[in-house]
Amino acid sequence: MKNFIVTSIGKKVAMAISAIFLMIFLLQHFLINITSVFSEDIFNMLSHFMGTNFLVQFILQPILIFGVIFHFVMGFYLETQNRRATKYEYYKERGGANSTWMSRNMIWSGLVVLSFLVLHFIDFWIPEINYKYVEFLPEDPNRYYEELVHKFENMWRVVFYCISFILLSLHLLHGFSSALKSMGTNKSYASSIKNLSYIYSIGIPLGFCFIAIFHHLTH
Amino acid sequence: MKLTLKIWRQKNFKTKGLIVNYEIDNISPDMSFLEMLDVLNADLISKDEDPVSFDHDCREGICGSCSLFINGQAHGPDRRITTCQLHMRKFKDGDTIFIEPFRAKAFPVIKDLVVDRTAFDRIQQSGGYISVNTSGNTQDANSIPINKDDADDAFDAATCIGCGACVATCKNSSAMLFVGAKVSQYSLLPQGQTEASRRVINMVNQMDLEGFGNCSNTGACEVECPKGISLDNIARMNRELMKASIKK
Repeated sequence: MKNFIVTSIGKKVAMAISAIFLMIFLLQHFLINITSVFSEDIFNMLSHFMGTNFLVQFILQPILIFGVIFHFVMGFYLETQNRRATKYEYYKERGGANSTWMSRNMIWSGLVVLSFLVLHFIDFWIPEINYKYVEFLPEDPNRYYEELVHKFENMWRVVFYCISFILLSLHLLHGFSSALKSMGTNKSYASSIKNLSYIYSIGIPLGFCFIAIFHHLTH
Repeated sequence: MKLTLKIWRQKNFKTKGLIVNYEIDNISPDMSFLEMLDVLNADLISKDEDPVSFDHDCREGICGSCSLFINGQAHGPDRRITTCQLHMRKFKDGDTIFIEPFRAKAFPVIKDLVVDRTAFDRIQQSGGYISVNTSGNTQDANSIPINKDDADDAFDAATCIGCGACVATCKNSSAMLFVGAKVSQYSLLPQGQTEASRRVINMVNQMDLEGFGNCSNTGACEVECPKGISLDNIARMNRELMKASIKK
């Protein structure tokens, strides 16, 4: 297996594994956030559990951060390698004739998602870490909902979040099925993967947009 | 038909190339694209100018020699054909046609529209074969039962003519469709099993050594492939390599 990792296919599979891991995380994140639309108490309870559970905080969270960094670093590395392999540009090229815009521009949609993640970390993750592990403020199981709602009072933040989620959706529309193809999925699953890809790639980002807009309009 | 041709001219791989304009008249819509280039070259030769170099051989879509990136697409604006099967009826009188060589670091330009695709030969030599006992005791291949689906998939993969359109059209200049097809045509059949692990490892390593890019599953290669080689072959190669690496 040692040599496998350094092959072009090994890197592709590593990229796919990190993508699948991040997609599972995104689904879990969405399922918790959507509860904020229906019940303040359930959202606070789930957020408090995630924010204080040892396994989540000290095992899964570092893996998640590693996964995010790995996915972006590997994405840039592979993009650089690919640009080196192409070397020359065509005078005239009709990329749209044989592939989707999403598949050709993963690096650009990925960059928008990365810039969104920076803002998202500044908005939620850094204050959370500061609250718990720097200032050691007293634990309040009911603070999460208020913090969430407060962030979405700013219209421009909601607009930027929604634009980022549209780009995330485009990223996923190619990335979801691409990751599974890289893992070597059999062609008999192609149709199911395609349908699941549409449901996930449009449904989850749309749901996140809905949460941001809902809290902006109702508070 | 009267056409304006914008053709890539380059003396050799050391010099820089450029697009040169040519006006051409009296082109029949029934001519093949390569015949149109023959007419242009005859005209250039009559004027004592250097003819445009381009690859061609069988001119019936089998050998994979003709390359050309025409109006932004490998083998031009049609599906499942090679350049020699492209006809001038696909263009209109007065059209401007861009003609460029296949571009990839692993396919250096030799002259004008001719590129060096021997990287494919080296990949093939690294494992794209089966070793057969030729002592006279070899079992007749037809006596080995093979699942019909596997036989069909192996045959489809084997139709790859190694033209390089997949590399030319891929935004990453990846050769994975070619290598995937070559790996698949053997791995699906019992005769290819003995050397399966060594084959996939060697062929992927050689592909990487040649400087081809990584596959990002855009699917452009599948669309532009004159033989309709499916992306499933890439997924199969990935599985084969994972399997072989675990075994190793």
